[in-house]
Amino acid sequence: MHVGVTVNGERREADVEPRTLLVYFLRETIGLTGTNVGCDTSSCGACTVLVDGESVKSCTMLALQADGRDITTIEGMASDGQLHPLQEAFHRNHGLQCGYCTPGMIMAAASYLKENPRPTEEEVREALEGNLCRCTGYHNIVKSILDAAGRMSGATT
Amino acid sequence: MAQVKERFVGQPVLRKEDPELLTGQARYIDNLSLPGMMWMAVVRSPFAHAGIKGIDTSSAKAMPGVLGVFTAADLEGEWGGPLPFVWPITEDIKVPVHWPLTKDRARFQGDGVAVVLAETRGQAEDAVEAVHVDWEPLAAVTDLEEAAKDEVVIHEDLGTNVVVHWSHGGGGDQSVFEMAPVKITERYVAPRLIPNAIEPRGCLADLNPAMGEFTLYSATQIPHIARVTLGGTCGIPESKLRIVAPDVGGGFGSKLNVYAEEALALALARRTKRPVKWIETRSENYLATIHGRGVIHDVEIAATEEGKILGFRVKELADMGAYYQLLTPGIPELGGWVYMGPYDVQAYWYEFTGIVTNATPTDAYRGAGRPEATYVLERAVDALARHLGKDPAEVRRINLVPPFGEAKPSVMGLNVDSGDYPATFERALELAGYDELRTEQAARRQRRDVKQLGIGLSSYIEMCGLAPSNILGALRYAAGGWDACTVQCLPDGKVVLKIGTSPHGQGHVTTWAQIAADTLGVTPDDVEVLHGDTSISPLGMDTYGSRSASVGQAALFHALEKIKEKARTLAAHELEVAEDDLEFEQGAFHVRGAPDKVRSITDLAVSAWHAHSVPAGFEPNLEATAVFDPPNFTWPAGTHVCVVEVDIQTGQAQVRAYIAVDDCGVVINPMIVDGQIHGGVTQGIAEALFEEAVYDAEGNLMTSTMTNYLVPSAVEVPSFQLDRRETPSTTNPMGVKGIGEAGTIAAPPAVVNAVIDAVSHLGVTHIEKPATPERVWSAIQGAKGGAA
Repeated sequence: MHVGVTVNGERREADVEPRTLLVYFLRETIGLTGTNVGCDTSSCGACTVLVDGESVKSCTMLALQADGRDITTIEGMASDGQLHPLQEAFHRNHGLQCGYCTPGMIMAAASYLKENPRPTEEEVREALEGNLCRCTGYHNIVKSILDAAGRMSGATT
Repeated sequence: MAQVKERFVGQPVLRKEDPELLTGQARYIDNLSLPGMMWMAVVRSPFAHAGIKGIDTSSAKAMPGVLGVFTAADLEGEWGGPLPFVWPITEDIKVPVHWPLTKDRARFQGDGVAVVLAETRGQAEDAVEAVHVDWEPLAAVTDLEEAAKDEVVIHEDLGTNVVVHWSHGGGGDQSVFEMAPVKITERYVAPRLIPNAIEPRGCLADLNPAMGEFTLYSATQIPHIARVTLGGTCGIPESKLRIVAPDVGGGFGSKLNVYAEEALALALARRTKRPVKWIETRSENYLATIHGRGVIHDVEIAATEEGKILGFRVKELADMGAYYQLLTPGIPELGGWVYMGPYDVQAYWYEFTGIVTNATPTDAYRGAGRPEATYVLERAVDALARHLGKDPAEVRRINLVPPFGEAKPSVMGLNVDSGDYPATFERALELAGYDELRTEQAARRQRRDVKQLGIGLSSYIEMCGLAPSNILGALRYAAGGWDACTVQCLPDGKVVLKIGTSPHGQGHVTTWAQIAADTLGVTPDDVEVLHGDTSISPLGMDTYGSRSASVGQAALFHALEKIKEKARTLAAHELEVAEDDLEFEQGAFHVRGAPDKVRSITDLAVSAWHAHSVPAGFEPNLEATAVFDPPNFTWPAGTHVCVVEVDIQTGQAQVRAYIAVDDCGVVINPMIVDGQIHGGVTQGIAEALFEEAVYDAEGNLMTSTMTNYLVPSAVEVPSFQLDRRETPSTTNPMGVKGIGEAGTIAAPPAVVNAVIDAVSHLGVTHIEKPATPERVWSAIQGAKGGAA
């Protein structure tokens, strides 16, 4: 079946099996392997992307359900060679170790900071409940997101 | 080129690894593909124990896209030997034969019985469903003590499930266990744990038919060990096998192994002459990747009335699972050297019995043996304090070994490199505000608050930096414990390091570059660190056991020394002075008394490369390789304090604060060291409160997905308070000790001790881990019942 989506600002179209999950459409059909797969029960959040600006675990959505929608993946976060403030903050605060959960963490955080630009530590922890990390103990992920929030909201006010 | 004056060792240098990981450019195994690649999927046993009467592959073979279905019988000619097991810890150990596919009988849920090759991942997975196995279910046993009765014998050829018994042999005067005025006996049952690296395993095998050469890309911690051992299993000469560990998404010991799927992919690439790729699903990971822990301890502590510990005696039962993986029975043994902890103990005894069960094989999980040891010791020390009516801090304080700066013998028979246990202990208590916490606890108890406060301590010592090769040999481990590094100073002023360790999140690219930068007078950005490819860095023993810094960086240190010596010869030649007249400082030689007469390493790299004018006998290029075999282990130590609030109505424990003060020797990058502690402690909290792999009576894994095996999220853990004390190791020239496992070693007893402490005034003396709300609530009710 035919799917047409906008991914990171670019129109992408392909014929896929109806059962194709959005994450495999991104990874295997159009070759954007930055979005990772860490489980098969929608538990880990490694595959989180933005669909129309909101975070979605891309293993919970069929590619067909994304038809006509606007998708942002980790590959679309940096622009003109400039890292997104969240990417910068993860680097500055050592918010990643093996890096496997990182794209999902950044996408989930990007979506959340739009809803709540100045969150508390507790709110960030609640917001990350659907994203698992096994390396960092979350300490520096939370620190990174609070750092990015400070800089992003500072930049817009 | 002018040398860089800035110093990088000891600084929180931001990671060189990050940019590709942050932008979705990483090369994890599932991101790799090759032309003509086929997908492999494994047909696994749904039963924990079952005979295989027949396998019908005909419908699977007829399915779209399917290129082949292979059973154990079909692949019999492919193997040079069974899957590798490299640590036969005793002469009389019974070793279950472990083939990549099992032929007549499945021995755990997930045991592989056939493989499918297909054009796509989906087709391969569909075809797995169409392979019909005629099963004959057998009684299964997953309980350790039941298995030891041999009512169900899992490997008929061995005749028993009790496969190995190992004893440390004891140290000190064993009579204290009979004569001591105070004797405490405790039993602790620790569940199995699932490592849960967020990247599942996977591999991609490729054959170059013209050369007869194989490349295996694998999400592994151990490309070098895999090369030697898979060569043996698959009958491929090591010289024809290249292993590449690309970006690896966490390991925690679960990728410190050589697995059936790696051997199957290689054999099928050889059989079909096409690349073969396999990616594990998470549910498959829970069955087919090793588990950790799974032990029962009987512990005796002998002490004086004042709380001075005289002796510690431990008997352990350890769950091996259905087969041995790479190291399985060696894991409890690794713990067997640290049951005295940081305490000045006169007598020591440790022994364990390994038992085969119908469950996933166990092996190294972050800490590997040492968390098991630290858990029971620290639980028992608290039990002793409760028995004597003393503060657990006071009992620890009077038992700590006094500070020592040189290696000295311990009661367990090995030399400990250095340590200042009182320093980390006192600092941890100070940071925690221990006395104030006790006051708060007393107030809450008096008010009969619903939320009671618990304070848990854990003082630990690790045995890291695996390992001196001669000791490994004496312990019957098949390989050595050295590591290697090659340094190349290129004529463009850049430096290449080829390292033998294989990072998967630990930041080796950054920390190796920091060290080289300081010596060579360049910046970390000038240093390229290559790893994880046996063709690029053929010498190495990989990454596990907190060994990379204390062994691998020591190899880097020695390679840099060789570079310096070679460069010194050339500098003396160019400056027309004697070598002894040169002084070396941060990447440059200058003539003593004439600081303007200088040659930097980067200058010398150019002249060593073009070699137009070099001294007689000088070998062109500034390049050196060093191999370091450590003379001893390293022995990090520290004290952690956990503060919990326990709701006595629901049994729910919430970690309110966690304080860790560690001594990992000299610190190369404090930011990375802190990150290792954060992650390790979180895994330790998970072990203490949440995680437990549960099998039912038939051997079905009940915690079979991430929905019912509780990996904690950010909500369940706090931010951490960390500090350090630095006692340089005497084992290596860097003075480093290692930090990868400290968190999982220290945290579980700190947390469980805190939970018990919160409800001890209600009469609770014991709660098994994980201290789930149900367990805590039941313990409170049980204590009430006992009091009534």
